[in-house]
Amino acid sequence: MSAVAIDIRGVNLSYGPTHVLKDIDLSIRPGELFAFLGPSGCGKTTLLRLIAGFAQAQTGQVLLDGQDVAGLSPWKRDVGMVFQSYALWPHMTVAQNVAFGLEERRKPRAEIAAKVAQALELVGLSAYAQRRPAQLSGGQQQRVALARTIAIEPKVLLLDEPLSNLDARMRVSVRRDLRELQQRLGLTTIFVTHDQEEANTICDRIAVMEAGVIRQVGTPMELYERPANLFVASFLGSANILDGGAGVAVPAGQRLVFRPQHASLAPAAGAAMSGPVSHREFLGATVRYGVRIGDHEILVDAPFQSGAELRAIGETVGVALPPERMLYLPA
Amino acid sequence: MILPIAVAHRSAGAAMLAIAIGLFLVAFLVVPVATVVYVAFTEKGGGGFTLVNFLDFARTDLFVRSFWNSIYVSAMTVLWSSAFALPLAYLTTRFEFRGAALVQTLAFLPLIMPPFVGAVAMQLLFGRNGTLNLLLDDYFGFKIGFMEGLNGVIFLQAIHYFPFILVNLSAALRNIDRSMEEAAQNLGSHGLRLFRRIAFPLALPGYVAGASLVFVKVFDDVASPLLLNVKEMLAPQAYLRIASIGIDDPMGYVIAVVLIVLAVATMWGSAQVLKGKDYATTQRGGGGLARRPLTGRQSFLAYALVLLILALVLAPHVGLLLLSFATVWSYSPLPDGFTLAHYARVLGDSSGYITNTLLYSGLAAGLDVALGGAIAYLVLRTRLPGRTMLDWGAGAALAVPGVVLGIGYLRAFYGVKLPDGTPLATLWIMIVLAIAIRRLPYALRAAYAALQQISVSLEEAAENLGATRSRTVRRIVIPLMTGGLLAGFVTSFATAAVELSAVLMLVQSNSDAPLSYGIYVLMQTPAGRGAGAALGVIAVIIVAVCMGFSQLAADRSQRARGLEL
Repeated sequence: MSAVAIDIRGVNLSYGPTHVLKDIDLSIRPGELFAFLGPSGCGKTTLLRLIAGFAQAQTGQVLLDGQDVAGLSPWKRDVGMVFQSYALWPHMTVAQNVAFGLEERRKPRAEIAAKVAQALELVGLSAYAQRRPAQLSGGQQQRVALARTIAIEPKVLLLDEPLSNLDARMRVSVRRDLRELQQRLGLTTIFVTHDQEEANTICDRIAVMEAGVIRQVGTPMELYERPANLFVASFLGSANILDGGAGVAVPAGQRLVFRPQHASLAPAAGAAMSGPVSHREFLGATVRYGVRIGDHEILVDAPFQSGAELRAIGETVGVALPPERMLYLPA
Repeated sequence: MILPIAVAHRSAGAAMLAIAIGLFLVAFLVVPVATVVYVAFTEKGGGGFTLVNFLDFARTDLFVRSFWNSIYVSAMTVLWSSAFALPLAYLTTRFEFRGAALVQTLAFLPLIMPPFVGAVAMQLLFGRNGTLNLLLDDYFGFKIGFMEGLNGVIFLQAIHYFPFILVNLSAALRNIDRSMEEAAQNLGSHGLRLFRRIAFPLALPGYVAGASLVFVKVFDDVASPLLLNVKEMLAPQAYLRIASIGIDDPMGYVIAVVLIVLAVATMWGSAQVLKGKDYATTQRGGGGLARRPLTGRQSFLAYALVLLILALVLAPHVGLLLLSFATVWSYSPLPDGFTLAHYARVLGDSSGYITNTLLYSGLAAGLDVALGGAIAYLVLRTRLPGRTMLDWGAGAALAVPGVVLGIGYLRAFYGVKLPDGTPLATLWIMIVLAIAIRRLPYALRAAYAALQQISVSLEEAAENLGATRSRTVRRIVIPLMTGGLLAGFVTSFATAAVELSAVLMLVQSNSDAPLSYGIYVLMQTPAGRGAGAALGVIAVIIVAVCMGFSQLAADRSQRARGLEL
């Protein structure tokens, strides 16, 4: 099946007085791995549930492959969703879980058996077909949930915080596996996460959300290099955000934004910004210093050379910043 | 959880307490039940071990018929109860339905009025010449045999006991994480198929728990069949045998053993069914599928169903009330006239029933709360060896039918004489002890709940500030448990007030009899029915007031604790 585009147009959704999604417009290209990224409560999961049919918008359209799916029940959408909790049914074996969607589609028994085997093979769990979900590890459970979803050959794949129930080490390998699988299947996939690293490392494009609004859409590099607003700048990576109070000129109604690794420590004399070192973190390849200037603590990353002396807390230093790294954003 | 070592040298008091409770349970639960089993397996007149009594049981047509009748009635009651409970549970947990609160209150009705109280009233409403059939006959020319023979028992019991299934099933349905059903919808499932393949299997533990409880309760009920004039069931046969032939006849004991075995087998069976099926799936996502709104027609049908069931459930209550005010009520849809004479009679001459009940229930409930609180503390807060035996022993009372306990008391304590020659078994205090043992598992559960809500760190803080263990219990644990224990006391009190099956065996004279016995005796004769009904109404009021109060106490303590945290 060829990959499908997802278009969201003018969507507004409220639960009672709470306006959860505000004027959402979004086009997701066929075959893309697309992330909804934002802090908890920003509406990213609600947007995902809207596409799956578990939430109803008051206005707007959701188009799959150009077809409006607004009136369709969840069970008629052919939208595969992997739940954050995996939602594996404990009263069924792994194979029964995976077969469920095919049985609901009244497929012939031989076809079901073949597709279950194929889906389990794809996620590397063929040997576990007769186990119960409770007998599997978290990572294996997640792969069962994935197999169960792709077995029905959905038009699109929705992943709701798929890595959040795994331990830190698992996440790195699982996210790479997810990317590979998605590429192999060529499925348009939406990946909901609050973790910028997850989104940055495997997704083609990201929609950054805050309080029900999409603040910016772009590739990970675009968002990092050219954030459109202060929220995106501070949510993706660390950023120093200064108003006029730190010794540099900042136009009224704007803020100066720069990344810690773009600044460097300089002799205090003659520097535009200088102050005492208030904080120091050793991160391995770099040392992150906090420099207190007026009301602000500016973060500066200095490369660490072995044997070099670190700056002492309280030592007065200057902060240097190349002009081309200065970004002015509306406050 | 690892308790501090320091507990060890202070546990002498706890050990004494545990031993005292253990002795109590042995004397008033283990010994009577063991006596019943012993007599069933010995030759009449004190010979050796024998299976002859069981052979006699199997060769007697009456008993075999009674056994199968009891099985049939219990199974059919479960079936009908399920037919009532399933749609109601599904409706209230999966749809936006304003009637849900109404359905929830139904759950308390069987606790307020046990089936035997309403049996005669149901006969008058639904019997061959009852209100409904007289009306049906007048207008349509046919009758429905709701109350014919075993049907009557099934009908009565199903109406009373379906809430046990409803409550357990609803709780289980609510505990299913919504993603469980959403995942199924996402994969193409919906409607009844979704219920059958996902929701019901996941709620099965709750259903089985409720259904097995109903099965055992119906199987063990003595008085309801007898009041409907059905004698050929097993529990009534046990009672009739002892009451008419005497405590030396082994058949009553054989039947008692059969009742115990069946109760234990049912519980064991349900545990087997549920093995490895503890599907606690609720996660932070919150339980239950998002409730769907009902369409106009669905809403109409839902209300019709709920109102029909509500009418059925209230029928015994309404019938009882009418009967208590009726001059004469037979062969007519409604009583011929109304009077207050029955109330005058039961509040005058027969007021002994009421005062006895208040005394017995109060003592039994007090004993239960003390025992329950102590056992809960020993189990949850000490590492005393053998403490789980106490828990197990108290819980085992659940598997002992009331009539069996009553027979056991008679047999075990009849030979024990006081100095003046009165047998111990004839004292009214025996009735109190039997009721207390019967209610103990429920009081124990309330005590566990109350103690589990108290964080151990609250006690550790008191000990850290220099309070001894016993002072910590007195100043911290008991005050914090008060709300929960009070609720436990009131619930035990209320349900003890309508306990009958054990009481039926133990009442020796009318002057020692409680309400439930009075209702049973009066209801036997047409002349006594009115007064029996009046007593029934009084019992219902006592129990309902207590239940309301207990709910209030539980709510209040919950709120108080909410503020503390």
